[in-house]
Amino acid sequence: MPRKPIVTATIERLEILSPDGSVDEALLPELSGEDMVGLYREMVRMRAYDEKAVKLQRQGRMGTWAPLKGQEAPQAALALAMEPEDWLIPAFREHGIMLARGVPGHVLYAYWAGDERGSAFPEDVRVFPIPVPVGSQFAHGAGVGMSLALRGEPGVAVTFGGDGATSEGDFHEALNFAGVFRARTIFVIQNNQWAISVPREKQTAAETLAQKAVAHGIPGIQVDGNDVFAVHVAAREALDRARSGEGPTLIEAVTYRLGDHTTADDAGRYRDPEELARWQERDPIPRMRRFLEARGLWDEQQELVLTDEATAWVEAQVEALEAMPAPDPADIFRYMYAEMPASLREQMEELREEVSS
Amino acid sequence: MSSTIHEARRTAGPAGEAAVTEKVTIATAVRDALALEMERDPRVIVMGEDVGVNGGVFRATEGLLERFGPERVLDTPLAEDGIIGTAVGMAMTGLRPVAEIQFMGFVYPAVNQLLAHMARIRNRTRGRFHAPMVVRMPYGGGIHAPESHSESYEAMFLNAPGIKVVVPSTPRDTRGLLASAIRDEDPVVFLEPKRIYRAFREEVPVEPFTIPLGVASIPHPGEQVTLVAWGAMVRVCLEAARALEREGISAEVVDLRTLNPLDRDTLLESVRKTGRCVVVHEAPRTAGFGAELVALINEHALLDLEAPVQRVTGFDTVFPYARLEHHYLPNRDRVLRAVKKTFEF
Ligand SMILES: Cc1ncc(C[n+]2csc(CCOP(=O)(O)OP(=O)(O)O)c2C)c(N)n1
Ligand SMILES: [Mg+2]
Repeated sequence: MPRKPIVTATIERLEILSPDGSVDEALLPELSGEDMVGLYREMVRMRAYDEKAVKLQRQGRMGTWAPLKGQEAPQAALALAMEPEDWLIPAFREHGIMLARGVPGHVLYAYWAGDERGSAFPEDVRVFPIPVPVGSQFAHGAGVGMSLALRGEPGVAVTFGGDGATSEGDFHEALNFAGVFRARTIFVIQNNQWAISVPREKQTAAETLAQKAVAHGIPGIQVDGNDVFAVHVAAREALDRARSGEGPTLIEAVTYRLGDHTTADDAGRYRDPEELARWQERDPIPRMRRFLEARGLWDEQQELVLTDEATAWVEAQVEALEAMPAPDPADIFRYMYAEMPASLREQMEELREEVSS
Repeated sequence: MSSTIHEARRTAGPAGEAAVTEKVTIATAVRDALALEMERDPRVIVMGEDVGVNGGVFRATEGLLERFGPERVLDTPLAEDGIIGTAVGMAMTGLRPVAEIQFMGFVYPAVNQLLAHMARIRNRTRGRFHAPMVVRMPYGGGIHAPESHSESYEAMFLNAPGIKVVVPSTPRDTRGLLASAIRDEDPVVFLEPKRIYRAFREEVPVEPFTIPLGVASIPHPGEQVTLVAWGAMVRVCLEAARALEREGISAEVVDLRTLNPLDRDTLLESVRKTGRCVVVHEAPRTAGFGAELVALINEHALLDLEAPVQRVTGFDTVFPYARLEHHYLPNRDRVLRAVKKTFEF
């Protein structure tokens, strides 16, 4: 009885838009000029929102913030590819797509400013709250995909996570469930190369994260995560597959965290500045601008208007954040159970008395 | 350690002999204890997320990688169950791993390994194996951290027989207790009060020393009421004791230092002497370790009590986000009100 190979797997990498703004025309998705400009506008808005938060933190007006700078492309691409009925199950660096899916900017700021109301999204927003325990959201994503199918509702669950998160058992259990139940779920890994100070090579001996799909019997693909078109194409394919009942997909978007892990971190301690400089050249935003300008879809004047618009919108979010009344200490107790037990009511009254005295 | 050795100065040691000491924080004391034990015992290794190149997110393992190399200081993948599970395997086969969980709120994935294996291995193999390992984790609130970064779930480990639980509140205790924990033959969960990692410095001997597990300390002796605490709450109790002193009330503060094994004698002796007791912890009240202490006092010293033992604790709620956390955490005034109750009973 001979030995023979029984499984061979291939993992594709998809790139469409180069850092210099040139594209592979054959692979370019069929998007209207308006959609292409829309992708760019979203990325610019995300960055403005993010950079403002870092500034606010430095001024003591914001809690610890996790910068998304450099990771705008996967978030903008998924936001465009998703349908209104789809659900987003984010990790904690997905401010951009959370905004794009309808989370109000000042609400998301409130979360990071240390206020529970920042996790109370409007009813019609199909976005899960930010999960702090790394990797814990993936299984929710699988569950939502299963739930949609079981309840006969349309829609797909899109869940995000980082390269570090793929090391958690939760990630593998989620992929496995999604595979077994053919969940309508897409797993997007934003491989930004770092998990705080730990580089991607120390998370796994595997060559790619996309290949983790293979062991779970689901399709996996790697894309240039700073190429908004490549992500969009992969997202579209995955969403179509899920929608037509063909099950889940894992997308590895290779990108880079241009900022510190959080405002409490100093990446200078563990990262080579040359690496950072190399990735700055691969920034998803300027490359998209070059592309749009080369096509005659964008010019300096529009850029100036957009910058002003984005700044004004961000300032409005800050104003709305700072106009929120102080949180009520009784809220510590109000949402623990559907009905407040007597013992908890007593504790709430104790605190009330203390606060008013 | 040698980086700050120039700060070291000679002071009289406890036994009267001169000892070289240096003034360090709790965070530095953690690092120094690790370095000294690694130097002493080649079986000791340090592992966890960001503990190597980055020196730990609280810098409590700073410099260890440079000093002891990547075979003894392991930057692990981001997987708590993996960290504890591999540490159990190492501990069962002759190493002495000191594993770091970055924040107590992230220990849950590892609970399987901690409770199902680490805690039980000696008993279920009738002593054939044991797991001499330490699991360090920063715990507790008060630093305006994001969600899931402020938990105090020590009771979970205390209700899992087989695990020792140690909580220092000073740099000196940190050094001595961590050394003992590493040398201990049983698994130890070592909880580090992150709120006071850098709150103050204390003179600590430069040479290795240990403080035995299971021995409480009395940082503030007194006669009329006993305040019992551990970790960051010890300082809250000390503040209360000083305030009481100004009112002419003599309070004794008992810092348990080790929750399992528990120094019952020191606790009960103090309560028998004062006749009043207030237990203070950050964790939720219901089924918190305070409940165990009250039960113990009732079992052994009921007739010495002038008033029921009071508890000052966190609420039975999720730990609030930063903007409301000061309402949750026990503070001096809450302790004072509880003391008052024991006098007005
Ligand atoms: C279970 C758990 N362990 C540890 C942490 C602390 N922590 C927060 S983010 C992070 C790194 C995450 O890396 P990655 O998944 O690559 O996401 P990125 O931060 O790069 O977006 C760590 C270790 C946590 N939040 N949850
Ligand atoms: Mg990452």
